[in-house]
Amino acid sequence: MNPRVGNQSQLSGYERSGGHAIPSRDALQFRDCYLTFPPKGGREVQAVAGLTLSVGDGEFVAIVGPSGCGKSTALRLVTGLLVPDRGEVTVLGTSPDQARRKRLGGVVFQDPALLPWRTVRENVGLPLEVAGVSRSNRSEPVDRAISQVGLSGFEDSLPDQLSGGMRQRCALARCLTSEPRFILMDEPFSAVDELTRDRLNIELLNVWARTRAAILFVTHSIEEAVFLADRVVVVSRRPARVVSEFPIPLVRPRPLSLKRDPETFNIVSRIRLALEEASR
Amino acid sequence: MIGEARIPDRPTSRTTIRRAFGRAIVSMVGLGAVLLAWEASVSLWSIPLYVLPAPTVIALQIERDWALLARHLQPTLLEAVGGFVIGNLIATGLAATFVYAPPLSRMLYPVAIGLRTIPIVAITPLLVVWLGNGYAPKIAIAALISFFPTLVNMSRGFASPSPDQLELMHALAASHWQVFRLVRWPASLPYLFASLKIAATSSVLGAIVAEWIGSDRGLGYLIVAATFEYRVARLWATIAVSTALALAAFLTVVAFERLAIPWRSEDHE
Repeated sequence: MNPRVGNQSQLSGYERSGGHAIPSRDALQFRDCYLTFPPKGGREVQAVAGLTLSVGDGEFVAIVGPSGCGKSTALRLVTGLLVPDRGEVTVLGTSPDQARRKRLGGVVFQDPALLPWRTVRENVGLPLEVAGVSRSNRSEPVDRAISQVGLSGFEDSLPDQLSGGMRQRCALARCLTSEPRFILMDEPFSAVDELTRDRLNIELLNVWARTRAAILFVTHSIEEAVFLADRVVVVSRRPARVVSEFPIPLVRPRPLSLKRDPETFNIVSRIRLALEEASR
Repeated sequence: MIGEARIPDRPTSRTTIRRAFGRAIVSMVGLGAVLLAWEASVSLWSIPLYVLPAPTVIALQIERDWALLARHLQPTLLEAVGGFVIGNLIATGLAATFVYAPPLSRMLYPVAIGLRTIPIVAITPLLVVWLGNGYAPKIAIAALISFFPTLVNMSRGFASPSPDQLELMHALAASHWQVFRLVRWPASLPYLFASLKIAATSSVLGAIVAEWIGSDRGLGYLIVAATFEYRVARLWATIAVSTALALAAFLTVVAFERLAIPWRSEDHE
């Protein structure tokens, strides 16, 4: 009973499915993970308990859950910043630490975390610079990533000169330069206004279609989750574990008008109900 | 496509220069007005020389004493610069160590702050006893006086990158050295220059105060000698040169700041 199987068939009518529609293996896998934080003043906090979740190769999975439920903790288990007390996280068939060292993934946070003394081009090139790629070999992938997110013409601007939406584009471009096989996104668009978010959603889908990276997307917004994802996962209050999963059978490519579609609304309502139950 | 784009408003270099020039003129006008009022009051109320000499008298004294002032300026400059460099290097190095060894920081930081409360003037004689009459005690005082602001500021500066920036570097599998070189160091530069500006003037002060005790050269020595010989005009001339030295040190740091952190220097001043 893998809910993802039915969902993957949605990809068949989709342009990026060049024999890629059925995933050969999972990109990310949480197997029965437990993590408890040591007490900070008060009592210890159990962040995740029995978290089991997988993201297929090239799949777009969104996590929604009550705030402070440990969704960000789940992402940190993938980057290797946190290690589960019990259970296992597998990233592209290897350990989170190995995957990180091989630079297989990319991250985008709510805060774009740009370095204010670096221009857009220098910020976008940071992952390659850290990986030891020479300046001359950086320029081509950097320029491509910048144009992919629609920031061409702003290469030499400093972050202070950009709007919030553009800064988040810059952060997205930065994660694209190393051609990640998977991307972790932690409420990336929650700090921008509604219309900018809509536009960034569309652009993210375009980028995803081109790169075929698997995406694990944490968000507060059920609407956003439904609009973007192949599958929406509802996570319980802390300690976090998956309470229900919803395959999203919406057509791809998804036009913005889909956000106002009755079918979308139906799915959103069902997930909202599940979320309310999970929050109780 | 980029509807929310803000037009980059980085000023062109020409407007920047014109604005800086305009600010300089305003400052000069202020300084000129003070000097003029000074000169006028001295002649208006015929204030005696030993109370307050007129600016023109001081200027003439500087011209007359130029060779003497220049000879005594050299050691003070050397001590101030030497102390400035040594004090800031040690403070920056220590602050960097603190970032990577928090227990060491918790152990040594209070000690450093405790040392800070000892009045510099009080330990100057001690340093003369330890290090003799040469350059060493003066450089030590100038270094000590530069050390503390930089230690405090750089400890904060190296810790100033946001948790997200550091988490990003972790996700990028950056080494400790890369995190330092690419994030912590550039992030700390505004903090560094804030303390260098303090240290630039106070290292001159430290050198001069140290020369008061056990010295036969330097602007500090000249101040003491002029006082004992009751040469008031020379005393004022020396004070003027000392002030100019401190100001020159400060402006040098400001110029370097403009070069080193162009992304920040617009907000300052």
